[in-house]
Amino acid sequence: MITVKNLRKDYPIRKGLLGRTSYKTVVNQVGFSIEKGKTLALVGESGSGKSTVGLMVLGLLEPTEGEILYGGKPLLNKGTGAEQKALRRAMQVVFQDPFASLNARMTVRETLTEGMTVHNIGANAKERDERAATLLTEVGLPPTALDRYPHEFSGGQRQRIAIARALSVGPEFIVLDEPTSALDVSVQSQVLNLLRKLQRENGLTYLFITHNLAVVEYLADEVCVMEQGRIVERGTVDAIFDTPQQDYTRRLLNSIPSLDPDAHRLAPI
Amino acid sequence: MSEPLLSVENLRTYFSSSRGTVKAVDGVSSTVNRGETRAIVGESGCGKSMTALSLLQLVPEPAGYIDSGRILFEGKDLLDRTWSEMREVRGKDIAMIFQEPMTSLNPVYNIGYQIREAMSVHGKGAAEATDRAIHLLGRVGLDNPAQALRQYPHELSGGMRQRVMIAIALANQPKLLIADEPTTALDVTVQAQILGLIRELQRENEMAVLLITHDLGIVAEVADQVSVMYAGQVVESADTRSLFKDPRHPYSKGLFASLPARNRRGQDLATLEGIVPDAANWPPACRFAPRCPFRWESCDTILPKLHPPGSDRPVRCHIYDPTIPGRPNLEKAKALNIAGDVTSDIAPTTAR
Repeated sequence: MITVKNLRKDYPIRKGLLGRTSYKTVVNQVGFSIEKGKTLALVGESGSGKSTVGLMVLGLLEPTEGEILYGGKPLLNKGTGAEQKALRRAMQVVFQDPFASLNARMTVRETLTEGMTVHNIGANAKERDERAATLLTEVGLPPTALDRYPHEFSGGQRQRIAIARALSVGPEFIVLDEPTSALDVSVQSQVLNLLRKLQRENGLTYLFITHNLAVVEYLADEVCVMEQGRIVERGTVDAIFDTPQQDYTRRLLNSIPSLDPDAHRLAPI
Repeated sequence: MSEPLLSVENLRTYFSSSRGTVKAVDGVSSTVNRGETRAIVGESGCGKSMTALSLLQLVPEPAGYIDSGRILFEGKDLLDRTWSEMREVRGKDIAMIFQEPMTSLNPVYNIGYQIREAMSVHGKGAAEATDRAIHLLGRVGLDNPAQALRQYPHELSGGMRQRVMIAIALANQPKLLIADEPTTALDVTVQAQILGLIRELQRENEMAVLLITHDLGIVAEVADQVSVMYAGQVVESADTRSLFKDPRHPYSKGLFASLPARNRRGQDLATLEGIVPDAANWPPACRFAPRCPFRWESCDTILPKLHPPGSDRPVRCHIYDPTIPGRPNLEKAKALNIAGDVTSDIAPTTAR
């Protein structure tokens, strides 16, 4: 469904007032593909370039080099306006911080119907309202939430609204950039169950960007481990977690605190 | 057993607000033994950080105040001390590190100044302080301690800043270190290093640690004793092994069951429906009742106490108290797959 080949992103760094511009490569030679209905997890520590890859896949950031194919068609060749618009509709995103990603001045109704209006979904405002109400029910919020503002909701509820917004235009592919990192564990499980249900029912494809390896183990089909802008290892969840091949992957796995109080594995310094 | 280093009794920290009195910490009791680590675990808004701040009387004033309770440190109540007497305690007998090493270090002073300041406040001379600063920075794992003295916080990574914070905290060899989410802002590999470091230094200095965290993995990794907090109260205390083997309070059960793991692939995770209630308006009796799958009539009418009182494994839940009328609702808990062995735990009811 989505194929990424040889992706690279350089950022210019200017030294001094008149200094020469040098470039820092934050993503290098990144390639992967995701099958329809599957979840690929992109894991790595802060600064590994995983979120940058997500932005490029969405077309929100232009790669320095590389190719992104969506349904076999190149994403970066711009194409006609109509094609671009169709792609925007097919690809959606949910960010980490639901406090920042929702517009505080828009009601939930406005947030959910804005995308529908842009993409001509629903014949009129009434139909769009009905669809918004259905979406809210689907993500586990009462339809009465439509006329409220983001600040009236808890973190978990806001993340549900952000998910409903992504769903509002009927996407096929969603980039989930640390969707549960800002949430408490008991709320995280609600959101993870919801993501799984939506994938099952709508055949959604996920690119799941996270540093939380427990969530990856639970949710992903395949895993790409990123370090300093490159994918150092990729494989199925079982392969990565049971038989990691790279030192970095092993180090990462060994750093996860174990839930077994008798294990005490963390090595000092 | 010898007297605990720290013993908190019935601590209540309240805030005045336009919505009424917010009971952020409401009757918390806990102990920390010498050389041991006690973890306080709970979700955001449960009062765990406010408990930690209350111990050093650093609650934001004037809105917040300690309403009542006792904080016995080496047998003496810290709440009886004057402000200047408390300054003697802070950073000397009891030190604290916070989640955000960037905001707790002062950006306009170099590392050396800040670590020496911690010692000169408590009466160490300049030369001695510099020597010890270099020693401490080396001990917490900075490559070139003498050079680090001249560096500023922005020149260091998050992990290095937290190491500096630990060095400052250890400067006066405290008997108790309060660590409030010390690794939450750090990457997992750095987190592993910092937790390992705290544990090693603790052994070296026979220091007690009170660790505030939301991460059960960290608790398993470093704590000896655990208190689970919910809605301003301790709902369960146990040694770490017992809690992880057999969490008893419905909230603790729910927390453990909601953790994602590979052996739960393809199944829904258990969820605790709803959210933590508003601190200005706690539920009338059991504060967890609105989210509790075991809930029955008594949960909304009778205040739950820690039971059995004075034991080393108390639980604030009617399920375990034989004097409470009625029986828990097992159907819903079973459906959520968190009933576990509770059937055998339930106290035989003597009251009807």
